[in-house]
Amino acid sequence: MSNLVEVRNLRIEAKTDAGRLVEIIKGVSLDIADGEIVALIGESGSGKTTVALSLMGYARPGCRITGGEINVSGRNMAALSEKERARLRGTDIAYVPQSAAASFNPSSTIMEQVIEVTRIHKLMPPERARQRAVELFRALSLPDPEGIGARYPHQVSGGQLQRLSAAMALISDPKLVIFDEPTTALDVTTQIDVLKAFKSVMRAGGVAGVYVSHDLAVVAQIADRIVVLKGGEVQETGTTAAILSAAQHPYTRELLAAFEPKPRQAHADADAGTKQLLRIDNVTAGYGAVRADGLPLIRAVDSVSLVVEKGRNLGVIGESGCGKSTLARVIAGIHPAAAGDIVFDGKELQRAARKRSQDQLREMQIVFQYADTALNPAKPVEDIISRPLAFYHRLDRQARSKRVDELLDMVRLPRTLRYRHPSELSGGQKQRVNFARALAANPKLIICDEITSALDTVVAAAVIELLKELQRELGLSYIFISHDLSVVEAICDEIMVMYNGERVEQITPDKLKAPTHPYSKLLFSSVPKLDPTWLDGLVRDPELVSQYGHR
Amino acid sequence: MTIARATTSRRSFLGHSYSLVGVVAALVILAWTLVAILAPYVIPHSIGDIVDDDYFGPMRQGLWLGSDYLGRDMLSRVLMGARYTVGISLAAVSIACFSGVVLGMIAAVTGGWLDTCLSRFLDAMNSIPSKLFGLVVVAAVGSSIPVLILTLAVIYIPGAYRFARALAVNINTMDFITVARVRGESTAYLIGSEILPNIIRPVLADFGLRFVFIVLLLSGLSFLGLGLQPPLADWGALVRENIGGLPFAAPAVIVPSLAIASLTISVNLLIDNLPQKIRDRDA
Repeated sequence: MSNLVEVRNLRIEAKTDAGRLVEIIKGVSLDIADGEIVALIGESGSGKTTVALSLMGYARPGCRITGGEINVSGRNMAALSEKERARLRGTDIAYVPQSAAASFNPSSTIMEQVIEVTRIHKLMPPERARQRAVELFRALSLPDPEGIGARYPHQVSGGQLQRLSAAMALISDPKLVIFDEPTTALDVTTQIDVLKAFKSVMRAGGVAGVYVSHDLAVVAQIADRIVVLKGGEVQETGTTAAILSAAQHPYTRELLAAFEPKPRQAHADADAGTKQLLRIDNVTAGYGAVRADGLPLIRAVDSVSLVVEKGRNLGVIGESGCGKSTLARVIAGIHPAAAGDIVFDGKELQRAARKRSQDQLREMQIVFQYADTALNPAKPVEDIISRPLAFYHRLDRQARSKRVDELLDMVRLPRTLRYRHPSELSGGQKQRVNFARALAANPKLIICDEITSALDTVVAAAVIELLKELQRELGLSYIFISHDLSVVEAICDEIMVMYNGERVEQITPDKLKAPTHPYSKLLFSSVPKLDPTWLDGLVRDPELVSQYGHR
Repeated sequence: MTIARATTSRRSFLGHSYSLVGVVAALVILAWTLVAILAPYVIPHSIGDIVDDDYFGPMRQGLWLGSDYLGRDMLSRVLMGARYTVGISLAAVSIACFSGVVLGMIAAVTGGWLDTCLSRFLDAMNSIPSKLFGLVVVAAVGSSIPVLILTLAVIYIPGAYRFARALAVNINTMDFITVARVRGESTAYLIGSEILPNIIRPVLADFGLRFVFIVLLLSGLSFLGLGLQPPLADWGALVRENIGGLPFAAPAVIVPSLAIASLTISVNLLIDNLPQKIRDRDA
């Protein structure tokens, strides 16, 4: 056996609640050589995580490995008993989950959890394990490698926690590490540090890896080979360079095309951009006790001013915790501002939504990031979309039904979808329903809070195209909040960069190459490029990183 | 409450899947409900008539469940007892759950001082031992069916409130509630149309559980002599008045005990095995 991992004709079945068997992995074969990092890439539901987990002989509840072989260093994981598998897990094969924050136990120290696996498998004495952990912390360029182990998970940042979970996986010197979207939940500026750390540790140890992701640019930096999955089947396999430069399969090309959205064409109707739709002046909002000066203790948004013109779009960009979502909630009146003015369509708005008039509420709609929680799971799509029609426009049943059809057409969803519940829709479909509900109000301004962040690249690109199209037809304005520069670049006329609750810079997309503020420079340079050599060649100003990065 | 286990055998019908245990439990409940409705028309003897020469008579032709401590027909008394046990408990649990759930959702949606006041007041209510509360009420205003229903309802409102509020607070943090709020929706719409559909299943399960508690509490009160007054008797009262038959293994004490057990266990099994909607549309 030449390769570390040889998967042959793997089949996995899932059982639905009606007792029907569905084949979710349809004969996947792949090889991983010693020390090689292979990326599994595809949209959600493509089976990439299921394949990765099966390398540990694990199938999620309700799923069953029904056929094929999974040879990992000569042993067929599919045929081993659960006890034998347990012996291999954590020693030969380790796993780094997507959300490190959810996989650390908040009530015990990091060190205890990192060396836990050596205790379970009796690999080495605890003293030796601690030394080994500190070495790994250093290799993963974690700050204070000697002391960080004594902290609790909530005392370190998300990027650090993700690197600590890699340390946890690597402590037993595994032959294979499975990374399940480890950087998806991180900011771009943090993602770089984590990727760099992973890459150097894996290279140094000669450890083979499986890297599950939907982000082609991230994968390009770390993987030797890429396996593209769709619908439980391998679409294409090739070296990273080959896939990026000469993709054969249409789905791979679609993925590549989606990664670089077409830049927005210059605005045709110049006169549309003359009238102010929304102006906010020196708005401050935050959380915690109100102090003597009437301002909250923790200011999430600090004296921010902005202007949105009719028919034009403003992008707000920044890392998580910079106050961009709070700003959206302040404008919508969900989180009333502590100070400042909001002028909408020539009229001063009350700070709290419940004091605003129904028309004012109607004309400004907000669309949230997670369509899962923004749609009532107990109602069919029809009821969800028709509620604003009944509430704002007082349409009767027949008119509502007709309008729901129109709205579904507008967001490019089949009309038959109206009878379904949100749980029966895909992520992209849910986000379209979410958007259709906002459109149902006939708004002038739609605040989009990270609406593409939970979507796959291809789906997100389609949603962005849809937004542009609707804007041309309906003359809407968007405030587009995102941490993803390429998304904002594709749709916005102006881009505002936020850092630590303050507006640091406002620029237009064509000047993106030359930001003036240091934080914008750091942020823009941290967005991964499709070029596989980008990460290795990236030189960042250490002063900038220490000032703005969260290491 | 338990989540339906995959191990119980389930069969599907009309887009729902059922388990056998749940069907049997539902049939038992249905049977007792029919008995409660039809009892006056089917009982062979009036519940007050002394028809046997002996007390604690055995089962025999004509007196299918024997006779009680005064020689009255036990079958008639158990059948009529179903009426009081099921009827009073159902009325009480409906009032308790309806008020508790509505108040709980209002508290969760409104928050602030209303939530605090309601919660503290109902917590205080909850701290009064239920039997003691029943004792005091009956001593003060006397025992009658409406008083019993209201007392039982009041005793179980705080529990229903706490349960519904806990569920509603979770739903209240969801984005779709925020969306409805910035749309300008009223509290009535929020609780009735956005929150209730999402908590209705656990609330129904809680309804069943609380029904069982009320049957047991009513039987307990009757056993203490605080419930229905003679010659009317619910199952708890039947157990109490015939307790003297225990040394003789008289059916008069065993049958009403079995009746209480069969009803409460069936309700429990039913709420653990409610039919589940099948979401898989291609099946």
